[in-house]
Amino acid sequence: MGSTLIEKIVARNIGADQVKPGQIVTVNVDRVMIHDIFIPFVADKFEEMGFTSLWDPDKVVLIYDHLIPTSAVEDVRHFKIGDAFAEKYGLKNVHRSDGICHQLMTEAGYAKPGNIVFGTDSHTTTYGCVGCFSSGIGYTEMASILGTGQLWIRVPETIKVVVNGTLPDNVTAKDVILRLIGDLRSDGATYKVLELSGSAVDAMSVASRMTISNMAIEAGAKACLFRPDEKTCEYSRVNMEDVDWLYPDEDADYCRVMEYRAEDLVPVLACPSQVDNIKPVTEVEGTELDQVFIGSCTNGRLEDLAVAAGILKGHTTACKLIVTPASRKIYMEAIKAGYMETLAKAGAIITQPGCGLCCGRAGGILTDGEKVLATNNRNFLGRMGTSKVGIYLGSPATAATSAITGKITVPKGIQGN
Amino acid sequence: MNKFTGKVWVLGDDIDTDIIIPTDYLALPTIEDMKQYGFSPLRPELASRIQEGDIIVAGKNFGCGSSREQAPEIIKALKVACVIAKSYARIFFRNSINNGLLLIENDQIQDVVKEGDMLTVQMGEYLQLGDRTFPIASLPDNLMDIINAGGLVKAMQRRNGIETED
Repeated sequence: MGSTLIEKIVARNIGADQVKPGQIVTVNVDRVMIHDIFIPFVADKFEEMGFTSLWDPDKVVLIYDHLIPTSAVEDVRHFKIGDAFAEKYGLKNVHRSDGICHQLMTEAGYAKPGNIVFGTDSHTTTYGCVGCFSSGIGYTEMASILGTGQLWIRVPETIKVVVNGTLPDNVTAKDVILRLIGDLRSDGATYKVLELSGSAVDAMSVASRMTISNMAIEAGAKACLFRPDEKTCEYSRVNMEDVDWLYPDEDADYCRVMEYRAEDLVPVLACPSQVDNIKPVTEVEGTELDQVFIGSCTNGRLEDLAVAAGILKGHTTACKLIVTPASRKIYMEAIKAGYMETLAKAGAIITQPGCGLCCGRAGGILTDGEKVLATNNRNFLGRMGTSKVGIYLGSPATAATSAITGKITVPKGIQGN
Repeated sequence: MNKFTGKVWVLGDDIDTDIIIPTDYLALPTIEDMKQYGFSPLRPELASRIQEGDIIVAGKNFGCGSSREQAPEIIKALKVACVIAKSYARIFFRNSINNGLLLIENDQIQDVVKEGDMLTVQMGEYLQLGDRTFPIASLPDNLMDIINAGGLVKAMQRRNGIETED
Protein backbone atom coordinates (compact mmCIF):
# COMPACT_ATOMS: atom_id res chain seq x y z
CA MET A 1 0.00 0.00 0.00
CA GLY A 2 1.34 3.43 -0.98
CA SER A 3 1.32 6.73 0.87
CA THR A 4 -0.72 9.93 0.70
CA LEU A 5 1.00 13.34 0.61
CA ILE A 6 0.79 13.84 4.38
CA GLU A 7 2.16 10.35 5.04
CA LYS A 8 5.14 11.07 2.76
CA ILE A 9 5.91 14.36 4.52
CA VAL A 10 5.70 12.87 8.02
CA ALA A 11 7.71 9.74 7.10
CA ARG A 12 10.50 11.81 5.54
CA ASN A 13 10.54 14.13 8.55
CA ILE A 14 11.05 11.35 11.09
CA GLY A 15 13.29 9.23 8.84
CA ALA A 16 10.84 6.34 8.49
CA ASP A 17 10.10 4.38 5.31
CA GLN A 18 6.39 4.77 5.80
CA VAL A 19 3.86 5.92 8.41
CA LYS A 20 0.22 4.92 8.80
CA PRO A 21 -2.84 6.84 10.04
CA GLY A 22 -3.36 6.48 13.77
CA GLN A 23 0.35 6.21 14.55
CA ILE A 24 1.53 8.73 17.15
CA VAL A 25 4.91 10.21 16.18
CA THR A 26 7.14 13.10 17.25
CA VAL A 27 8.04 15.38 14.34
CA ASN A 28 10.90 17.85 13.95
CA VAL A 29 9.41 21.24 13.22
CA ASP A 30 10.80 23.17 10.23
CA ARG A 31 9.27 26.55 11.10
CA VAL A 32 6.83 28.13 13.52
CA MET A 33 4.68 31.26 13.29
CA ILE A 34 3.46 33.29 16.25
CA HIS A 35 1.22 36.33 15.83
CA ASP A 36 0.72 39.42 17.95
CA ILE A 37 -2.44 38.28 19.74
CA PHE A 38 -0.73 35.28 21.32
CA ILE A 39 2.92 36.34 21.76
CA PRO A 40 2.37 37.50 25.40
CA PHE A 41 0.98 34.09 26.29
CA VAL A 42 3.70 32.18 24.39
CA ALA A 43 6.42 34.26 26.08
CA ASP A 44 4.90 33.63 29.53
CA LYS A 45 4.56 29.87 29.05
CA PHE A 46 8.05 29.58 27.49
CA GLU A 47 9.69 31.05 30.58
CA GLU A 48 7.34 29.29 32.98
CA MET A 49 8.44 25.99 31.40
CA GLY A 50 12.02 26.83 32.33
CA PHE A 51 13.50 27.31 28.86
CA THR A 52 16.34 29.81 28.53
CA SER A 53 16.94 29.72 24.76
CA LEU A 54 15.06 29.08 21.53
CA TRP A 55 15.76 25.76 19.82
CA ASP A 56 16.59 27.64 16.63
CA PRO A 57 15.85 31.40 16.36
CA ASP A 58 15.97 31.27 12.52
CA LYS A 59 13.03 28.90 12.51
CA VAL A 60 10.78 31.20 14.49
CA VAL A 61 8.68 33.89 12.80
CA LEU A 62 6.83 36.60 14.73
CA ILE A 63 4.18 38.53 12.82
CA TYR A 64 2.13 41.52 13.97
CA ASP A 65 -1.15 41.53 12.04
CA HIS A 66 -4.25 41.19 14.25
CA LEU A 67 -3.59 44.45 16.09
CA ILE A 68 -2.08 46.46 13.19
CA PRO A 69 -2.59 49.35 13.49
CA THR A 70 -3.71 49.40 17.12
CA SER A 71 -7.36 50.13 17.84
CA ALA A 72 -7.13 50.13 21.65
CA VAL A 73 -4.45 51.37 24.03
CA GLU A 74 -3.95 47.88 25.50
CA ASP A 75 -2.93 46.53 22.07
CA VAL A 76 0.45 48.24 22.38
CA ARG A 77 1.36 45.84 25.19
CA HIS A 78 1.50 42.97 22.68
CA PHE A 79 4.14 44.73 20.55
CA LYS A 80 6.21 45.68 23.60
CA ILE A 81 6.21 42.08 24.83
CA GLY A 82 6.90 40.74 21.32
CA ASP A 83 9.80 43.14 20.74
CA ALA A 84 11.29 42.36 24.15
CA PHE A 85 11.02 38.59 23.50
CA ALA A 86 12.67 38.98 20.08
CA GLU A 87 15.50 41.03 21.57
CA LYS A 88 16.08 38.70 24.52
CA TYR A 89 16.18 35.48 22.49
CA GLY A 90 17.77 36.72 19.25
CA LEU A 91 14.71 36.45 17.07
CA LYS A 92 15.35 38.08 13.68
CA ASN A 93 12.25 37.14 11.66
CA VAL A 94 9.88 39.81 12.95
CA HIS A 95 7.30 41.46 10.67
CA ARG A 96 5.79 44.54 12.26
CA SER A 97 3.46 45.75 9.49
CA ASP A 98 4.10 43.71 6.35
CA GLY A 99 0.79 41.92 6.12
CA ILE A 100 -1.27 39.00 7.34
CA CYS A 101 0.71 36.09 8.80
CA HIS A 102 -0.74 33.42 6.50
CA GLN A 103 0.12 35.41 3.38
CA LEU A 104 3.63 36.23 4.57
CA MET A 105 4.60 32.69 5.55
CA THR A 106 4.64 31.41 1.96
CA GLU A 107 5.20 34.80 0.26
CA ALA A 108 8.44 35.40 2.22
CA GLY A 109 9.48 31.76 1.79
CA TYR A 110 9.24 30.66 5.44
CA ALA A 111 6.93 27.72 4.60
CA LYS A 112 8.11 25.61 1.69
CA PRO A 113 7.00 22.40 -0.04
CA GLY A 114 7.53 19.33 2.15
CA ASN A 115 8.06 21.35 5.36
CA ILE A 116 6.25 20.82 8.66
CA VAL A 117 5.10 24.15 10.10
CA PHE A 118 2.94 25.04 13.10
CA GLY A 119 1.36 28.38 13.94
CA THR A 120 -0.68 29.89 16.76
CA ASP A 121 -3.64 30.40 14.46
CA SER A 122 -6.21 27.99 13.12
CA HIS A 123 -5.81 29.18 9.53
CA THR A 124 -2.21 27.92 9.54
CA THR A 125 -3.58 25.20 7.22
CA THR A 126 -3.00 27.83 4.47
CA TYR A 127 0.59 26.74 3.66
CA GLY A 128 -0.70 23.43 2.31
CA CYS A 129 -1.17 25.37 -0.93
CA VAL A 130 2.54 24.75 -1.63
CA GLY A 131 2.56 21.19 -0.27
CA CYS A 132 3.63 22.12 3.25
CA PHE A 133 2.09 20.26 6.21
CA SER A 134 0.99 23.15 8.39
CA SER A 135 -1.49 23.26 11.22
CA GLY A 136 -2.70 25.46 14.05
CA ILE A 137 -1.82 24.88 17.71
CA GLY A 138 -2.31 26.71 21.00
CA TYR A 139 0.24 28.90 22.78
CA THR A 140 1.28 26.31 25.37
CA GLU A 141 2.28 23.84 22.65
CA MET A 142 3.99 26.65 20.77
CA ALA A 143 6.06 27.42 23.87
CA SER A 144 7.11 23.77 24.10
CA ILE A 145 8.17 23.75 20.41
CA LEU A 146 10.19 26.94 20.93
CA GLY A 147 12.18 25.06 23.55
CA THR A 148 12.37 21.59 21.98
CA GLY A 149 11.80 21.95 18.21
CA GLN A 150 9.43 19.01 18.36
CA LEU A 151 5.73 18.19 18.63
CA TRP A 152 3.79 14.93 18.88
CA ILE A 153 1.14 14.33 16.27
CA ARG A 154 -1.22 11.58 15.33
CA VAL A 155 -0.75 10.66 11.65
CA PRO A 156 -4.11 11.69 10.15
CA GLU A 157 -6.32 9.91 7.62
CA THR A 158 -6.64 11.60 4.24
CA ILE A 159 -9.76 12.61 2.32
CA LYS A 160 -9.07 12.81 -1.42
CA VAL A 161 -10.92 15.61 -3.21
CA VAL A 162 -10.86 15.53 -7.01
CA VAL A 163 -12.14 18.43 -9.13
CA ASN A 164 -11.95 17.72 -12.83
CA GLY A 165 -12.95 19.94 -15.74
CA THR A 166 -13.13 23.69 -16.26
CA LEU A 167 -14.77 26.01 -13.74
CA PRO A 168 -17.56 28.21 -15.14
CA ASP A 169 -16.56 31.85 -15.74
CA ASN A 170 -18.19 33.15 -12.57
CA VAL A 171 -17.00 30.36 -10.26
CA THR A 172 -13.73 30.71 -8.32
CA ALA A 173 -11.64 28.70 -5.87
CA LYS A 174 -13.70 30.32 -3.09
CA ASP A 175 -16.87 28.75 -4.43
CA VAL A 176 -15.09 25.38 -4.64
CA ILE A 177 -13.98 25.39 -0.99
CA LEU A 178 -17.34 26.73 0.25
CA ARG A 179 -19.16 23.94 -1.62
CA LEU A 180 -16.71 21.41 -0.16
CA ILE A 181 -17.28 22.72 3.38
CA GLY A 182 -21.03 22.57 2.80
CA ASP A 183 -20.74 18.91 1.77
CA LEU A 184 -18.27 17.92 4.52
CA ARG A 185 -20.03 20.09 7.15
CA SER A 186 -18.10 21.93 9.83
CA ASP A 187 -16.66 18.76 11.38
CA GLY A 188 -16.46 16.47 8.35
CA ALA A 189 -12.67 16.62 8.12
CA THR A 190 -11.86 16.87 11.84
CA TYR A 191 -8.48 15.19 12.59
CA LYS A 192 -8.15 14.51 8.83
CA VAL A 193 -6.23 15.95 5.89
CA LEU A 194 -7.76 17.15 2.62
CA GLU A 195 -5.68 16.31 -0.46
CA LEU A 196 -6.78 18.19 -3.59
CA SER A 197 -6.21 17.07 -7.16
CA GLY A 198 -7.81 17.03 -10.61
CA SER A 199 -7.51 19.12 -13.76
CA ALA A 200 -9.44 22.10 -12.32
CA VAL A 201 -7.02 22.17 -9.37
CA ASP A 202 -4.00 21.85 -11.68
CA ALA A 203 -5.27 24.87 -13.60
CA MET A 204 -5.49 27.01 -10.46
CA SER A 205 -2.88 29.58 -9.47
CA VAL A 206 -1.06 29.11 -6.16
CA ALA A 207 -3.12 32.07 -4.88
CA SER A 208 -6.37 30.23 -5.64
CA ARG A 209 -5.10 27.06 -3.98
CA MET A 210 -4.27 29.22 -0.98
CA THR A 211 -7.92 30.27 -0.71
CA ILE A 212 -8.85 26.59 -0.47
CA SER A 213 -6.17 25.52 2.03
CA ASN A 214 -6.90 28.63 4.13
CA MET A 215 -10.52 27.55 4.66
CA ALA A 216 -9.96 23.81 5.13
CA ILE A 217 -10.04 24.33 8.89
CA GLU A 218 -13.69 25.38 8.52
CA ALA A 219 -14.43 21.70 7.85
CA GLY A 220 -12.22 20.83 10.82
CA ALA A 221 -9.22 19.70 8.72
CA LYS A 222 -5.79 19.34 10.31
CA ALA A 223 -4.15 20.23 6.99
CA CYS A 224 -5.00 20.68 3.30
CA LEU A 225 -2.38 19.66 0.79
CA PHE A 226 -1.70 20.29 -2.88
CA ARG A 227 1.00 18.43 -4.78
CA PRO A 228 3.69 20.94 -5.80
CA ASP A 229 3.97 21.70 -9.54
CA GLU A 230 5.92 24.20 -11.66
CA LYS A 231 3.73 27.06 -10.42
CA THR A 232 4.44 26.09 -6.81
CA CYS A 233 8.18 25.89 -7.42
CA GLU A 234 8.27 29.30 -9.06
CA TYR A 235 6.26 30.84 -6.21
CA SER A 236 8.25 29.11 -3.46
CA ARG A 237 11.58 29.59 -5.24
CA VAL A 238 12.55 25.90 -5.17
CA ASN A 239 13.55 23.51 -7.95
CA MET A 240 11.30 20.76 -9.26
CA GLU A 241 14.04 18.24 -8.31
CA ASP A 242 13.67 19.36 -4.68
CA VAL A 243 10.06 18.20 -4.63
CA ASP A 244 10.24 15.12 -6.87
CA TRP A 245 9.48 12.90 -3.85
CA LEU A 246 6.37 14.83 -2.93
CA TYR A 247 3.46 13.13 -4.69
CA PRO A 248 0.70 10.76 -3.54
CA ASP A 249 1.18 7.13 -4.57
CA GLU A 250 -1.44 5.70 -6.90
CA ASP A 251 -2.22 2.95 -4.39
CA ALA A 252 -2.39 5.32 -1.41
CA ASP A 253 -5.16 4.64 1.10
CA TYR A 254 -7.88 7.29 1.48
CA CYS A 255 -10.65 7.25 4.09
CA ARG A 256 -12.97 9.01 1.65
CA VAL A 257 -12.93 10.19 -1.95
CA MET A 258 -15.05 13.14 -3.09
CA GLU A 259 -15.32 13.90 -6.80
CA TYR A 260 -16.68 17.02 -8.47
CA ARG A 261 -17.25 18.08 -12.08
CA ALA A 262 -16.05 21.68 -12.24
CA GLU A 263 -18.81 22.48 -14.78
CA ASP A 264 -21.47 21.60 -12.17
CA LEU A 265 -20.26 24.18 -9.64
CA VAL A 266 -22.03 27.53 -9.16
CA PRO A 267 -21.32 30.71 -7.16
CA VAL A 268 -22.27 30.05 -3.52
CA LEU A 269 -22.39 31.85 -0.18
CA ALA A 270 -21.92 30.73 3.41
CA CYS A 271 -25.02 32.21 5.06
CA PRO A 272 -25.33 33.40 8.68
CA SER A 273 -23.93 32.21 11.01
CA GLN A 274 -22.04 29.05 10.18
CA VAL A 275 -19.47 28.46 7.45
CA ASP A 276 -21.15 25.21 6.41
CA ASN A 277 -24.52 26.89 5.81
CA ILE A 278 -23.94 26.98 2.04
CA LYS A 279 -26.52 28.22 -0.47
CA PRO A 280 -26.28 29.09 -4.18
CA VAL A 281 -26.09 32.89 -4.58
CA THR A 282 -29.31 32.69 -6.62
CA GLU A 283 -31.20 31.54 -3.52
CA VAL A 284 -30.44 34.68 -1.51
CA GLU A 285 -30.12 37.12 -4.44
CA GLY A 286 -31.62 40.54 -3.70
CA THR A 287 -30.80 40.54 0.03
CA GLU A 288 -29.98 44.17 0.94
CA LEU A 289 -26.41 44.79 2.11
CA ASP A 290 -24.93 47.47 4.36
CA GLN A 291 -21.34 46.61 3.56
CA VAL A 292 -19.08 44.51 1.34
CA PHE A 293 -15.60 43.37 2.39
CA ILE A 294 -12.97 42.21 -0.10
CA GLY A 295 -9.70 41.08 1.45
CA SER A 296 -8.14 38.97 4.22
CA CYS A 297 -5.73 36.02 4.07
CA THR A 298 -8.50 34.11 2.29
CA ASN A 299 -9.10 36.47 -0.64
CA GLY A 300 -6.87 39.53 -0.42
CA ARG A 301 -4.37 38.57 -3.10
CA LEU A 302 -3.52 40.28 -6.38
CA GLU A 303 -5.82 38.05 -8.45
CA ASP A 304 -8.71 38.82 -6.09
CA LEU A 305 -8.12 42.57 -6.33
CA ALA A 306 -7.83 42.20 -10.13
CA VAL A 307 -11.25 40.51 -10.28
CA ALA A 308 -12.77 43.18 -8.03
CA ALA A 309 -11.25 46.03 -10.05
CA GLY A 310 -12.37 44.41 -13.32
CA ILE A 311 -15.96 44.25 -12.11
CA LEU A 312 -16.04 47.66 -10.39
CA LYS A 313 -14.32 49.63 -13.17
CA GLY A 314 -16.54 52.53 -14.18
CA HIS A 315 -19.12 51.79 -11.46
CA THR A 316 -19.95 53.37 -8.14
CA THR A 317 -20.63 51.28 -5.04
CA ALA A 318 -24.16 51.32 -3.62
CA CYS A 319 -23.01 50.37 -0.12
CA LYS A 320 -19.80 50.64 1.90
CA LEU A 321 -16.97 48.65 0.34
CA ILE A 322 -13.88 47.82 2.38
CA VAL A 323 -10.81 46.45 0.61
CA THR A 324 -7.91 44.93 2.57
CA PRO A 325 -4.92 43.52 0.67
CA ALA A 326 -3.28 40.51 2.32
CA SER A 327 0.24 41.96 2.35
CA ARG A 328 2.28 45.08 1.68
CA LYS A 329 3.76 43.38 -1.41
CA ILE A 330 0.29 42.73 -2.82
CA TYR A 331 -0.78 46.27 -1.92
CA MET A 332 2.10 47.73 -3.92
CA GLU A 333 1.55 45.40 -6.87
CA ALA A 334 -2.12 46.36 -6.92
CA ILE A 335 -1.20 50.06 -6.96
CA LYS A 336 1.21 49.46 -9.83
CA ALA A 337 -1.41 47.50 -11.80
CA GLY A 338 -3.95 50.32 -11.33
CA TYR A 339 -6.42 48.18 -9.34
CA MET A 340 -6.30 50.42 -6.30
CA GLU A 341 -7.11 53.52 -8.35
CA THR A 342 -10.07 51.74 -9.95
CA LEU A 343 -11.34 50.54 -6.57
CA ALA A 344 -10.87 53.95 -4.93
CA LYS A 345 -12.71 55.68 -7.79
CA ALA A 346 -15.59 53.25 -7.34
CA GLY A 347 -15.82 54.34 -3.70
CA ALA A 348 -13.82 51.68 -1.87
CA ILE A 349 -12.35 52.29 1.58
CA ILE A 350 -8.89 50.75 1.25
CA THR A 351 -7.25 49.67 4.50
CA GLN A 352 -3.72 48.61 5.40
CA PRO A 353 -2.90 44.88 5.14
CA GLY A 354 -3.93 43.19 8.39
CA CYS A 355 -6.58 41.10 10.11
CA GLY A 356 -8.76 44.07 11.16
CA LEU A 357 -12.34 43.47 10.06
CA CYS A 358 -11.98 39.71 9.53
CA CYS A 359 -11.33 39.19 13.24
CA GLY A 360 -13.81 41.89 14.20
CA ARG A 361 -11.39 44.23 15.93
CA ALA A 362 -11.37 47.24 13.62
CA GLY A 363 -11.87 48.64 10.15
CA GLY A 364 -15.59 48.37 9.54
CA ILE A 365 -17.31 46.56 12.40
CA LEU A 366 -21.12 46.44 12.20
CA THR A 367 -24.13 46.53 14.49
CA ASP A 368 -27.50 44.82 15.06
CA GLY A 369 -29.53 44.15 11.93
CA GLU A 370 -26.78 45.03 9.45
CA LYS A 371 -25.71 42.66 6.71
CA VAL A 372 -22.29 42.23 5.16
CA LEU A 373 -21.04 40.15 2.23
CA ALA A 374 -17.39 39.32 2.90
CA THR A 375 -14.62 37.32 1.25
CA ASN A 376 -12.91 36.17 4.45
CA ASN A 377 -13.20 32.81 6.17
CA ARG A 378 -15.58 33.01 9.13
CA ASN A 379 -19.14 34.21 9.66
CA PHE A 380 -19.54 33.13 13.27
CA LEU A 381 -21.90 34.99 15.61
CA GLY A 382 -20.34 38.31 16.60
CA ARG A 383 -17.32 37.88 14.34
CA MET A 384 -17.59 41.38 12.76
CA GLY A 385 -19.41 43.35 15.43
CA THR A 386 -22.51 42.47 17.41
CA SER A 387 -24.04 39.00 17.48
CA LYS A 388 -26.97 40.28 15.38
CA VAL A 389 -24.89 41.10 12.29
CA GLY A 390 -25.66 38.87 9.29
CA ILE A 391 -22.40 37.76 7.63
CA TYR A 392 -22.40 36.14 4.18
CA LEU A 393 -19.12 34.69 2.85
CA GLY A 394 -18.49 34.58 -0.88
CA SER A 395 -15.98 35.07 -3.69
CA PRO A 396 -14.43 38.41 -4.66
CA ALA A 397 -16.51 38.27 -7.87
CA THR A 398 -19.77 37.89 -5.95
CA ALA A 399 -18.65 40.57 -3.47
CA ALA A 400 -17.65 43.14 -6.11
CA THR A 401 -20.82 42.55 -8.15
CA SER A 402 -22.95 42.93 -5.03
CA ALA A 403 -21.16 46.14 -4.03
CA ILE A 404 -22.40 47.77 -7.24
CA THR A 405 -26.04 46.93 -6.56
CA GLY A 406 -25.98 47.07 -2.76
CA LYS A 407 -27.75 43.72 -2.81
CA ILE A 408 -26.56 40.14 -3.02
CA THR A 409 -26.08 39.64 -6.76
CA VAL A 410 -24.93 36.70 -8.90
CA PRO A 411 -21.65 37.60 -10.65
CA LYS A 412 -21.36 37.46 -14.40
CA GLY A 413 -18.32 35.91 -16.07
CA ILE A 414 -14.94 37.11 -14.95
CA GLN A 415 -12.60 38.13 -17.74
CA GLY A 416 -9.57 35.89 -17.97
CA ASN A 417 -10.64 33.52 -15.20
CA MET B 1 -11.55 13.26 41.22
CA ASN B 2 -12.53 9.84 39.94
CA LYS B 3 -16.23 10.35 40.54
CA PHE B 4 -18.05 13.65 40.72
CA THR B 5 -21.51 15.17 40.28
CA GLY B 6 -22.37 18.54 38.80
CA LYS B 7 -25.21 20.70 37.56
CA VAL B 8 -25.65 20.66 33.78
CA TRP B 9 -25.67 23.56 31.31
CA VAL B 10 -26.86 22.52 27.85
CA LEU B 11 -25.38 23.98 24.65
CA GLY B 12 -25.89 22.95 21.01
CA ASP B 13 -23.74 21.82 18.09
CA ASP B 14 -20.70 23.71 16.72
CA ILE B 15 -20.06 25.90 19.78
CA ASP B 16 -17.18 27.85 18.23
CA THR B 17 -14.28 29.63 19.89
CA ASP B 18 -15.69 33.06 18.98
CA ILE B 19 -18.71 32.14 21.12
CA ILE B 20 -16.57 30.79 23.96
CA ILE B 21 -14.50 34.00 23.96
CA PRO B 22 -14.97 36.71 21.27
CA THR B 23 -11.79 38.16 19.67
CA ASP B 24 -12.66 41.57 21.15
CA TYR B 25 -11.67 40.40 24.61
CA LEU B 26 -8.52 38.44 23.72
CA ALA B 27 -6.24 41.42 24.32
CA LEU B 28 -7.38 41.76 27.94
CA PRO B 29 -4.37 41.07 30.18
CA THR B 30 -5.51 37.93 31.99
CA ILE B 31 -7.92 35.02 31.75
CA GLU B 32 -9.58 36.32 34.92
CA ASP B 33 -10.37 39.59 33.08
CA MET B 34 -11.77 37.68 30.13
CA LYS B 35 -13.84 35.00 31.82
CA GLN B 36 -16.93 37.16 32.46
CA TYR B 37 -17.34 37.36 28.65
CA GLY B 38 -17.33 33.59 28.17
CA PHE B 39 -20.13 32.42 25.83
CA SER B 40 -21.43 36.03 25.64
CA PRO B 41 -22.45 36.11 21.93
CA LEU B 42 -24.76 33.14 22.53
CA ARG B 43 -25.75 33.49 26.20
CA PRO B 44 -24.57 36.70 27.84
CA GLU B 45 -25.81 35.56 31.27
CA LEU B 46 -24.07 32.20 31.29
CA ALA B 47 -20.60 33.12 32.61
CA SER B 48 -22.06 34.78 35.69
CA ARG B 49 -24.37 31.85 36.44
CA ILE B 50 -21.92 28.94 36.08
CA GLN B 51 -20.77 27.68 39.48
CA GLU B 52 -17.80 25.60 40.53
CA GLY B 53 -18.22 21.96 39.57
CA ASP B 54 -20.91 22.54 36.93
CA ILE B 55 -20.84 20.46 33.75
CA ILE B 56 -21.33 21.65 30.17
CA VAL B 57 -23.11 19.23 27.83
CA ALA B 58 -22.94 20.09 24.13
CA GLY B 59 -23.42 18.58 20.69
CA LYS B 60 -20.93 17.90 17.94
CA ASN B 61 -17.72 19.78 17.06
CA PHE B 62 -17.37 21.68 20.35
CA GLY B 63 -14.58 24.28 20.23
CA CYS B 64 -14.42 24.62 16.45
CA GLY B 65 -12.85 27.74 15.00
CA SER B 66 -9.74 29.53 16.13
CA SER B 67 -6.66 28.22 17.93
CA ARG B 68 -7.20 30.56 20.88
CA GLU B 69 -6.18 28.69 23.98
CA GLN B 70 -8.13 31.17 26.05
CA ALA B 71 -11.21 29.09 25.11
CA PRO B 72 -10.39 26.06 27.31
CA GLU B 73 -8.65 28.33 29.83
CA ILE B 74 -11.83 30.35 30.30
CA ILE B 75 -13.96 27.25 30.76
CA LYS B 76 -11.45 26.09 33.33
CA ALA B 77 -11.37 29.52 35.01
CA LEU B 78 -15.17 29.36 35.31
CA LYS B 79 -14.45 26.20 37.33
CA VAL B 80 -16.43 23.92 35.04
CA ALA B 81 -15.68 20.32 36.10
CA CYS B 82 -15.77 18.92 32.57
CA VAL B 83 -17.28 19.33 29.11
CA ILE B 84 -19.24 16.44 27.63
CA ALA B 85 -19.79 16.70 23.88
CA LYS B 86 -20.56 14.46 20.91
CA SER B 87 -17.19 15.46 19.38
CA TYR B 88 -14.47 18.13 19.64
CA ALA B 89 -12.52 20.25 17.16
CA ARG B 90 -8.87 19.21 16.92
CA ILE B 91 -7.03 22.31 18.19
CA PHE B 92 -9.47 22.84 21.05
CA PHE B 93 -9.00 19.20 22.07
CA ARG B 94 -5.19 19.55 22.21
CA ASN B 95 -5.41 22.87 24.04
CA SER B 96 -7.75 21.41 26.65
CA ILE B 97 -5.49 18.45 27.37
CA ASN B 98 -2.47 20.76 27.66
CA ASN B 99 -4.34 22.91 30.18
CA GLY B 100 -5.87 20.09 32.16
CA LEU B 101 -9.50 20.74 31.15
CA LEU B 102 -11.30 17.42 31.19
CA LEU B 103 -13.18 16.56 27.98
CA ILE B 104 -15.49 13.57 27.70
CA GLU B 105 -16.93 12.25 24.45
CA ASN B 106 -20.47 10.89 24.50
CA ASP B 107 -23.25 11.16 21.93
CA GLN B 108 -26.22 9.79 23.89
CA ILE B 109 -26.59 11.93 26.99
CA GLN B 110 -27.70 14.92 24.84
CA ASP B 111 -31.02 13.19 24.06
CA VAL B 112 -32.08 12.93 27.68
CA VAL B 113 -30.31 15.57 29.75
CA LYS B 114 -31.98 18.89 30.55
CA GLU B 115 -30.40 22.10 31.78
CA GLY B 116 -30.23 22.08 35.56
CA ASP B 117 -30.11 18.26 35.86
CA MET B 118 -27.54 16.76 38.22
CA LEU B 119 -25.14 14.47 36.32
CA THR B 120 -22.56 12.10 37.77
CA VAL B 121 -19.28 11.22 36.02
CA GLN B 122 -17.31 8.09 36.83
CA MET B 123 -14.00 8.73 35.04
CA GLY B 124 -13.19 6.38 32.20
CA GLU B 125 -16.36 4.36 32.86
CA TYR B 126 -19.78 5.99 32.67
CA LEU B 127 -22.07 9.00 33.01
CA GLN B 128 -25.06 8.65 35.31
CA LEU B 129 -28.31 10.60 35.04
CA GLY B 130 -30.99 9.44 37.49
CA ASP B 131 -31.04 5.67 37.12
CA ARG B 132 -29.62 5.62 33.58
CA THR B 133 -25.93 5.19 32.75
CA PHE B 134 -23.99 5.90 29.56
CA PRO B 135 -20.56 4.35 28.90
CA ILE B 136 -17.55 6.62 28.25
CA ALA B 137 -14.05 5.78 27.01
CA SER B 138 -10.71 6.59 28.62
CA LEU B 139 -8.05 8.72 26.86
CA PRO B 140 -5.00 7.35 24.97
CA ASP B 141 -1.81 6.85 27.02
CA ASN B 142 0.20 9.73 25.56
CA LEU B 143 -2.56 12.18 26.52
CA MET B 144 -2.96 10.69 29.98
CA ASP B 145 0.82 11.21 30.43
CA ILE B 146 0.40 14.96 29.88
CA ILE B 147 -2.65 15.10 32.14
CA ASN B 148 -0.89 13.05 34.81
CA ALA B 149 2.09 15.40 34.67
CA GLY B 150 -0.37 18.21 35.44
CA GLY B 151 -0.47 19.67 31.92
CA LEU B 152 2.16 20.49 29.30
CA VAL B 153 3.81 23.32 31.28
CA LYS B 154 4.52 20.96 34.18
CA ALA B 155 5.72 18.23 31.79
CA MET B 156 8.22 20.69 30.29
CA GLN B 157 9.29 21.94 33.72
CA ARG B 158 10.09 18.37 34.65
CA ARG B 159 12.08 18.01 31.41
CA ASN B 160 14.02 21.17 32.25
CA GLY B 161 14.73 19.98 35.79
CA ILE B 162 12.53 22.51 37.53
CA GLU B 163 10.82 21.34 40.72
CA THR B 164 7.43 22.89 41.31
CA GLU B 165 5.20 22.88 44.33
CA ASP B 166 2.13 20.66 44.60
